[in-house]
Amino acid sequence: MDFLLSEREELLRKAVREFAESEISAKIEAMEKTGEFPIELMEPMAKIGITGIIAPPEYGGVGLGFLARTIALEELSRVCAAISMGMQVHHMAIAALNDFGTDEQKQRYIPPLAKGETMGVVAVTEPSGGSDVVGMQAAAEAKGDKWILNGRKCFITNSHTSDFWVVIAKTSEGAKGLSAFIVEKDSPGAKTGRVEHKVGLRGSNTGELVFDNCEIPKGNILGQEGGGLAVALKTVSESGRPGMAATALGIVGACLEEAAKFASERILYGKPITSLQAISFYLADIYTELDICRLLCYRASWMKDQNMRCDTEMAMAKSYTCDAAVRCASKAVEIHGSYGILQEYKVQRLLRDAVVTVPAGGTGQIGKVVLARAALAPYKKR
Amino acid sequence: MKRIIVCMKPVPDPKAWDRLKMDPVSKTLIREGIPSVVNPLDKHAVEAALEVKDLFGAEVILLSMAPLDTRPVLREVLAMGADRAILLSDKAFAGSDTLATARILAQGIRNIGEFDMIMCGNFTLDGSTAQVPSQVAELLDIPNVMHVCDMDISNKDRLLLTQKIEQGFVMLEAEPPLLLSFTKEANKPRYISFIEILAAEKRDIQIWDNAMLNVDETLIGLEGSPTQMADLLVQKKKRTGIQITGNPEDIARELADKIHQLGII
Repeated sequence: MDFLLSEREELLRKAVREFAESEISAKIEAMEKTGEFPIELMEPMAKIGITGIIAPPEYGGVGLGFLARTIALEELSRVCAAISMGMQVHHMAIAALNDFGTDEQKQRYIPPLAKGETMGVVAVTEPSGGSDVVGMQAAAEAKGDKWILNGRKCFITNSHTSDFWVVIAKTSEGAKGLSAFIVEKDSPGAKTGRVEHKVGLRGSNTGELVFDNCEIPKGNILGQEGGGLAVALKTVSESGRPGMAATALGIVGACLEEAAKFASERILYGKPITSLQAISFYLADIYTELDICRLLCYRASWMKDQNMRCDTEMAMAKSYTCDAAVRCASKAVEIHGSYGILQEYKVQRLLRDAVVTVPAGGTGQIGKVVLARAALAPYKKR
Repeated sequence: MKRIIVCMKPVPDPKAWDRLKMDPVSKTLIREGIPSVVNPLDKHAVEAALEVKDLFGAEVILLSMAPLDTRPVLREVLAMGADRAILLSDKAFAGSDTLATARILAQGIRNIGEFDMIMCGNFTLDGSTAQVPSQVAELLDIPNVMHVCDMDISNKDRLLLTQKIEQGFVMLEAEPPLLLSFTKEANKPRYISFIEILAAEKRDIQIWDNAMLNVDETLIGLEGSPTQMADLLVQKKKRTGIQITGNPEDIARELADKIHQLGII
């Protein structure tokens, strides 16, 4: 087994790290205050290739694959998890269009996403929740050469920063009654609703989409009619979960850096607090978690790049890493003592951001349902 | 413009400086085990070269004298957009001082052939002598402008340069061929793009040893270097405190006197 990253991957990491440390750090304070995504970062991120990292070159992307994407998101998140969140959802839209779109749809919709001219989103969740996909209420009805869509989508990342959305809606009953649509923002009857103010990942835009007799051209159905569940599940499990996992991974890495730095500088009883076992064991825990998370995330992404089935590994990486981010951030805050709850210190943001990764991209519990199913598969009675 | 050669140096990563040690015999840095990064000012030289390339087209060649394991550093700079790289590497080069290094670089440049400009960072983070660019220019018998903090390239045959000096700035007009060394104010180096990372994988890094360069070995390496480090000491800076005692009025008066004596107010 070879656990070493290639020279290409190491260089990619360095490129994103340099950009994130120089350009994103300066935006964080404003993002925390306003809760807005700094849209002006899209152009430089596109120049580097972050926006189009998984988009095929023939549609204006770089085509580097999912391991490269995981490394890039990890590095973005190490500095600012909200930017990573925005990007990971953006990549989900590219993946959905690339996996299920016609060539015409890919030609029209992937290049502006890859070039960062707009942001992408796949809208599944509704006010009643996101885990019960089949139970969704939003519905589209065929009328002449159009689909008429009614309903609401909520907790949608990039809702207000996208020019078009991939929306999943009912076209008939049951699991085979869902379909996916590409809905342009200026379609008649489409509008953005409220913007959510989250406790963490504040700089990623989250809001509502409202469809009131929204007219969608017939050609804008993505994939087959009745194939919406496949679009939602494949995109969430193979792009959304690794994206959330990579975001949480960056948080874990940042927790280690912040906690180790603080503990090395903080003097108590005449010595740095790293000399106290209670503190050093916390650091050992975070250090180990970082390695576990990284291995889980990289393996799952590598499997995706090898075209292997990886939904279980993706769910494992997502549910473990997001939970680990909360554990590590909590320990990092504790190591900081009272300083940890001051806004001047990064660890409080890491904890708030970590908390938001848990329900996003499929809750931890849904991930565990997938894992339990895999664990029990050999013992299933026929 | 046909060709710009950028001299660049991999230096020990400043983040690992606390692990750096000196060889007590040769008085040189022990670089083994310390990751290398591009000398930060060299990125400004590369950016300047790439700006010329973007405007007028030119082949940008990276030239570096360093051990073989620094190839990834060259690859990183190739990914900024340089066309190819030449790594001058030979055991005979080890321990070279600035003059010996300049001799090796100058010979490397002669081997490359014709050029319009040579660009360098103003100094390197490890040695900080800032001598090599001038020595290279002297050996090649071309003009040399150091401390370039701005370069107007709207006219490729007549460069407008701003040179930062202690008392202010000097505005210069210069014609190629020449050597320029840049300060960090000169430009903002571009970020590496993924497309360029992929392209850089196909770009050539040639290794030239002294069999290729054929520099007189008595003039290079530790033995051929006129500068010999006599000794090296780490200056320890210590803060000393003065304790003032007495009643508050006396303490305040004495403190104010001290502050005046030190010229702080």
